[in-house]
Amino acid sequence: MFRNLHSKIAALPMIATALFIFVGCSLWSVFYSFTSSRSLPVEKFVGFDQYIRLFKSSRWAISIENVAIYGVCSLVFSLSVGFLLAVFLDQKIRFENTFRTIFLYPFALSFIVTGLVWQWILNQNFGIQKVIQDLGFEGFELNILSNRDYAIYAIVVAGLWQGTGLVMALMLAGLRGIDEDIWKAARVDGIPAWRTYLFIVIPMMRPVFVTTLVLIAAGIVKVYDLVVALTGGGPGVSSEVPAKYVYDYMFGRGSLGQGLAASTVMLTTVLIILIPWGYMEFGERREKKKPASE
Amino acid sequence: MRVSSRITAIAGAISMSLVGLAQATDLEVTHWWTSGGEAAAVKQFADAFNKGGDNWIDGAIAGSGGVARPVIISRILGGEPMGATQLNHGRQAEELVEAGLMLDLTELADKEGWRDFVRPSKLLDSCTVDGKIYCAPVNIHSWQWMWTSLDAFKKAGVDAPKDWYEFVKAAPKLREAGIIPLAIGGQAWQSGGMFGVMTVGIGGADLWKAVNVEKNMDVVRGPEFAKVWQAFSEARDLADPNNSIQNWNDATNQVITAKAGAQIMGDWAQGEFSVAGQTAGVEYDCLPGLGIAPVLDTAGDAFYFPKNDDPDVTAAQLRMASMMLSKEVQVAFNLKKGSLPVRADVDITAANGCMKKGLEILKNADNILPSGDQTFNSDTIGQLEDLSTEFWSDKSITPEEAQSRYAEIIESAQ
Repeated sequence: MFRNLHSKIAALPMIATALFIFVGCSLWSVFYSFTSSRSLPVEKFVGFDQYIRLFKSSRWAISIENVAIYGVCSLVFSLSVGFLLAVFLDQKIRFENTFRTIFLYPFALSFIVTGLVWQWILNQNFGIQKVIQDLGFEGFELNILSNRDYAIYAIVVAGLWQGTGLVMALMLAGLRGIDEDIWKAARVDGIPAWRTYLFIVIPMMRPVFVTTLVLIAAGIVKVYDLVVALTGGGPGVSSEVPAKYVYDYMFGRGSLGQGLAASTVMLTTVLIILIPWGYMEFGERREKKKPASE
Repeated sequence: MRVSSRITAIAGAISMSLVGLAQATDLEVTHWWTSGGEAAAVKQFADAFNKGGDNWIDGAIAGSGGVARPVIISRILGGEPMGATQLNHGRQAEELVEAGLMLDLTELADKEGWRDFVRPSKLLDSCTVDGKIYCAPVNIHSWQWMWTSLDAFKKAGVDAPKDWYEFVKAAPKLREAGIIPLAIGGQAWQSGGMFGVMTVGIGGADLWKAVNVEKNMDVVRGPEFAKVWQAFSEARDLADPNNSIQNWNDATNQVITAKAGAQIMGDWAQGEFSVAGQTAGVEYDCLPGLGIAPVLDTAGDAFYFPKNDDPDVTAAQLRMASMMLSKEVQVAFNLKKGSLPVRADVDITAANGCMKKGLEILKNADNILPSGDQTFNSDTIGQLEDLSTEFWSDKSITPEEAQSRYAEIIESAQ
């Protein structure tokens, strides 16, 4: 308790801010999600009305479905593609720096810019479709953005393009952190490279994977600007996401209660995933430590 | 309350910080008039205001009202008010007025006699809360117009339609000629507004009132309203299935360049035709109420003046309000904007054919509808827009299903 007292005191303001901003504001949001607040918060309680309305809304259902598609795709692809790119770069290739820069560059762009770039790339009159048609394939059609079933995948592609570079950089750092002796030992034992990666290196890179996972997951929950820039939620409401629902209702439509109800559902979902995971992650470690101290 | 204003302050701060209110005569004016015709109209205001010795700082926010309104409202709530701001009158600003954030213009209005010359008088009524006037209406806009490209119909070899039904009949010919029959942008408010127009045009003004004003559930679920949904479903088949256009003025441009046959859009579209140098009746034509029911609503834009501690700013705000309603500025502004002046006592011989048609219709008070902004709050309007845009893009939703969902939204409207 009194060890490192100075550093603990120094951390107090940050702890207080975190408590006030994160916990305080979250509680505030949950509180007002049970009211009929419109543009301004009022303490007129309506029970679960806002939630009932939320779950009856087809736009919300579509939003949830979309964030699930976006989430699964970006988790699977950015992890696997990012890791593969890192492995390729780790083969002591020439111009590694150049490739690393190229792959990491999209990450320097904001989601708004990314969205606009892809909007032009996928535009049917100017983008890929036009280029390929001009090459002589007249029948070629690429109507992802105007097709309500595929619009969300346009967002996935743009998100991957933007985010995979960072995953690659993190993985590469992880790979470089693996002791050279392990590779030597594996080679002596005659284990093929792919098995070494799969069964030795990846388990050793667990902390890197956890960090990456947290970063990607946070990006999934808050995806908003990319959608606004790329599709505006369209065609129709087919590429809406929860964060946009929250923003539209809180600010655009003057329905604070409804927006807060949606954000509370988002928070709850995240907690449902996060708590068991945190429990596993940190509970496990404590148990492991015990026998060592005895 | 304090926490809430702090949160909105953060949101407001993102938008932009207020520059130079130190000088008494600088007023920042936020609005979402950014298309060619609109910008030309705003310039009339700015020039007139600057001539009076003040300084108009333009705070245009691109991306239509849906984008601009949250920015504007969160700035006012967050304690960073601009000098003046555009909003559609009606219920959008209701809560801001009730919270005491807007400047009371009653004194000025009484002195200049706004009540005597603003017409229709309900424009001023929607600015009035508890007997006090909080906004300056600057124009009359109505949604109920269909714009047709005469060149497009000539190219397709059919007569230009005189009403919606003729248009539907001519549509296959347009398609054959490689012309998109109906142009529309992807933003939700456009299909939402268009549905409102079709309710008036196909169903008639009485049906529209029963649905939107009286909220008569028998009518909302009834067969007459079902016809409107049927027509709306026909309309969605006339649009470009690969539509990549978002903005309304880009869709208008398709009509101007005869790439599309028609667009259902409010009379602000007229500003685009005149910027393109086209004349009503020659290159394009206008059909009020889809050519079926000559009925117009009288929505419009109004300027609100957020309260300010600085008495110099308040004085400049009142000067601006007075300028906006003055005779010369009303004429100059509205000719560029394609809208109608709010004063009955101004000379509009310079108005073009479509504006004159509109004025003729408005002479008869029976032809005037209240606008959607005045009957629903933005929450309900937003839900109706979501429904119409979802219906528009998802052809698996049947008109019947959409109608019953529409009814549910109206039932729960506050």
